Amino acid sequence: MSPARIVRVSGALVEAVPLEGASLFELARVGERRLLAEVIRVAGERATLQVYEDTAGLRLGEPVDLGGHGLTAHLGPGLLGSVLDGIGRSLAATAARTGDYIHPGITAETLDPERRFEFVPGARTGERLTGGDVLGHVEEQPGFVHPILVPPGLEGTLDSIRPGNFTVGEMVGSLDDGTKLRLAHDWPVRRPRPFQRRLAFDRPFLTGQRVFDFLFPAAEGGTVAVPGGFGTGKTVIEQSLAKYAEADVVVFIGCGERGNEMAELLSDFPDLVDDRSGRSLMERTVLIVNTSNMPVAAREASVYLGITIAEYYRDQGRRVAVVADSLSRWAEALREIAARLQEMPSEEGMPTYLGNRLGKLYERAGRVEALGRPQRVGSLTFVGAVSPPGGDFSEPVTQASLRVAGGLWALDPTLAHQRHFPAVDLEASYSLYAAGLMEWFANATHDDWPSVRSESLRLLQLERDVREIAGLVGPEALQEGDRFILEIGRIVREIVLSQSAFSEHDAASPLEKTYRLATLAHRAYRAGLASLERGRAPDPAALEGVGRMLASVRDAPFEDLDARVADAEAALERMGGGS
Amino acid sequence: MTAVGRTYRGASAATGPLIFLERAHRIALGEWVLIELEKETTWRGQVIDAGEEITVIQVFEEPYGLPPAQVKISLTGRVATAPVGRELLGRALDGAARPIDDLPAPVGEAMVPVWGAPMNPARRSRPAEFIETGLSAIDGMNTLVCGQKLPIFSGAGLPGLEIAAQIVEHARAPRGERFAVVFAAMGITARETDSFLRRFDESGALERSVVYVNEARDPTIERLLVPRMALAQAEFLAFKQGFDVLVIMADVTHYCEALREIGAAREEIPGRRGYPGYMYTDLAGIFERAGILRELEGSVTLLPVLTMPDDDITHPIPDLTGYITEGQIVLSRELARRAVNPPIDLLPSLSRLMNAGIGRDRTVPEHRIWADELYAVYARGREARLMASIVGESGLGKGDRVALTFADRFEEDFVGQGSERRSLHQTIELGWRLLETLPRSELIRIDDETWTRRDAQRGEAR
Ligand SMILES: Nc1ncnc2c1ncn2[C@@H]1O[C@H](COP(=O)(O)OP(=O)(O)O)[C@@H](O)[C@H]1O
Ligand SMILES: [Mg+2]
Repeated sequence: MSPARIVRVSGALVEAVPLEGASLFELARVGERRLLAEVIRVAGERATLQVYEDTAGLRLGEPVDLGGHGLTAHLGPGLLGSVLDGIGRSLAATAARTGDYIHPGITAETLDPERRFEFVPGARTGERLTGGDVLGHVEEQPGFVHPILVPPGLEGTLDSIRPGNFTVGEMVGSLDDGTKLRLAHDWPVRRPRPFQRRLAFDRPFLTGQRVFDFLFPAAEGGTVAVPGGFGTGKTVIEQSLAKYAEADVVVFIGCGERGNEMAELLSDFPDLVDDRSGRSLMERTVLIVNTSNMPVAAREASVYLGITIAEYYRDQGRRVAVVADSLSRWAEALREIAARLQEMPSEEGMPTYLGNRLGKLYERAGRVEALGRPQRVGSLTFVGAVSPPGGDFSEPVTQASLRVAGGLWALDPTLAHQRHFPAVDLEASYSLYAAGLMEWFANATHDDWPSVRSESLRLLQLERDVREIAGLVGPEALQEGDRFILEIGRIVREIVLSQSAFSEHDAASPLEKTYRLATLAHRAYRAGLASLERGRAPDPAALEGVGRMLASVRDAPFEDLDARVADAEAALERMGGGS
Repeated sequence: MTAVGRTYRGASAATGPLIFLERAHRIALGEWVLIELEKETTWRGQVIDAGEEITVIQVFEEPYGLPPAQVKISLTGRVATAPVGRELLGRALDGAARPIDDLPAPVGEAMVPVWGAPMNPARRSRPAEFIETGLSAIDGMNTLVCGQKLPIFSGAGLPGLEIAAQIVEHARAPRGERFAVVFAAMGITARETDSFLRRFDESGALERSVVYVNEARDPTIERLLVPRMALAQAEFLAFKQGFDVLVIMADVTHYCEALREIGAAREEIPGRRGYPGYMYTDLAGIFERAGILRELEGSVTLLPVLTMPDDDITHPIPDLTGYITEGQIVLSRELARRAVNPPIDLLPSLSRLMNAGIGRDRTVPEHRIWADELYAVYARGREARLMASIVGESGLGKGDRVALTFADRFEEDFVGQGSERRSLHQTIELGWRLLETLPRSELIRIDDETWTRRDAQRGEAR
């Protein structure tokens, strides 16, 4: 067979002949600059490839060489703290080669090939091992133990193992069939990593955002979709999760979004301290960055890469959070490629398999018992931003997400325009996990967490109804009881549930603070109702006082919480009917 | 691209802005093409689909009188380039980089590819330097910073371009003297260009500007080239010469229409409202060229102007733009009708990078709280205005009535500043004065510390 050569270049796609031997999703090197590409269609001797780098300048007749395997992630210690592009090239290594701008045709490792880790063996020679068993460990970051696992799919008797200071590529042991074991291994990004079994969604994924933790809690291992038009606060939410959410490892996938947002993360994260470990936030973070102006095919791949890295830490027994910003850009990359393939489109030009592929992505989340011994439980929680065109949720990516996600945090542009953040639409949002998590909240916080929550939800519903009426007749025409509902509803929404990401002390809210604020408002509500029952309207000035006190509880440092709560209780007392 | 040029006789077909070439060899995607008819007429083109059977070339000039079978087609072996350099400051060029100011053609310091490469995100530096535009609605409420891309969403007949011009006249960059402007006119009318350039000239901004002009009467497809040429120039001034460069582009809507024309000619499956499915990616290729690099001096700040068709902010052009840019300044027909000038509607307006550029050491310490409070009261006033239109003002509660009065004043005095230039401190002071018309108990965002500072300031002022 003569060597394959390019016969067509169109956008991110290249066609080449003769390539009848190619298999789907096989990697290839394209052109004289050897750009990385993936086979996505084979028809007779002609194969179509999507190219992960800029195709401008690719010339007809240039060579194409198949690589024999699919796109893989290079998994090993040293991922934490790294910044990778959509196909796993370290952006620092890329910069060292091509400077300030990214030019096609460079190779750059995911993991630093020079960096050494002190490997401490755990398994013994002669031991029978299968995929997922712990071979030993290294310390990836100070205080962060990184178990080295037998890659899934391998099996055999341990023939040799040695302690020492190794690079990720060096052999640390071998199996009896001669298989070499190293600190790092490759895994195809499109194939989910196997696990033992799924576990129940019985504990929350705590976000530090009151509106979520209190009203629409996500489960550890669960999935949440966050749709919202531009400027509604998706990215700020995703960044807040990356900063404050209860997780051991965070994989942030910047998929088709802004370069300056990535610059912001890169400038903030190294200096932010993770309260749990006392170390830099960057040390628990992997950033995957494929901005909107970087190649679309790599944008499509970036989400798979991020999830694969997350599964790798999950398998070690870690609680991993994946935040993807934005899944719509991933879907648009699919659409761009499908359109060039002249595939029959469905709604909004999206390919017919959009729902299917999106479902498979979400399904890679879960809380699981990992493969191998010793027993480990790990989780992968997935929160994906969705950017609906024109802010209209009836579009395919939002709808496909709703079919599979366990939670919906819907964002509302009207609230965002009023600078009410997080701009969560309380009516449209939901969590299918909430019922299953109430037991955990009651045990971990206070017995009445579930009842305060459900009564607050009812109050908010009531307030919406009254507001609707007020919009027709004017607030002055309302009965006293209804006016009270409006006032107290406003306090709950604007003080208890709103949270500025830029606030000094309130960017993240510990559970205890969330509980205190929610219960204080709830008690004010009960007190107001009681006083109405006695035929007396709650004093507006007292209510205003309660609002101010709650605001001061909210904005105070956490250490002052108890003192401020006591003040607020006094204000409640003045309103009549403290407890 | 290093291959040498080759010449072909005759294209196989032409439709609209495209010509098709059969059985061409060694063609590269993006290759620059010259199409000649008997040495008299030349069209410029670019390969947008390279194929052994059929190659598609997009033609930048109008293809009037282009006989496909008779033209000579030269593949140049290189990509589109343009001359850039400091000597272009003060010059006005057309979409082919030819002078339109009766001066000789510029040579430039370098010829650079106009289709830029993406910045390595790891090499970007976070934009944080405040640019004073002189407009309260921007400086106070939606602060612009160096390296940001902040579009103006205008409407037919609304003064988007005028506001851009006003910003150019008034802008004070943090480092003053090394400040340049690049203006790309894309499909706007001659009248608009003239009035824009006249204002530039009068304010002395012209000598630190490079102007690229493609007007409504100029070739449509050239509009795809013009903003990129302007950005290549801006990048050179910024990152080779250390200038802070402000790039104004108008009108992005005409640019998108040119993009749609190409898509239709290629019989592509259209996306929303007939615009190509890759419009997001294409626009990102332009807007993302704004920014700052860690190890270099200058910056590229982008102020594109677009017209929302039918004033509809959900139309794909403003929608995709808003998804890419770091905020938007939205103009409102209703405010314009009430003679609020500039008619900036603050509710949908946003600067995503504001926070990095304000506060202690940058503007004033209370900037964030001050703006939040103004936003809160104004938003409440707007809500009240809406309600009053249904139930009448008398049906409003007391708090709503107060907020409504505030909103009226705020629009008139604060937003509607006319052509006056306000320093940031004047803006902040005016905001305070308006807030102080309300009882302090209503202003729950402002903490005691801020009040103390404010009171002390006022004491000094007296
Ligand atoms: N929780 C928040 N607190 C304060 N401001 C917020 C918050 N969320 C969003 N914002 C404001 O809204 C802007 C847009 O938010 P962003 O997350 O970038 O929107 P999106 O990603 O949905 O387009 C931010 O730049 C910020 O000014
Ligand atoms: Mg965003």
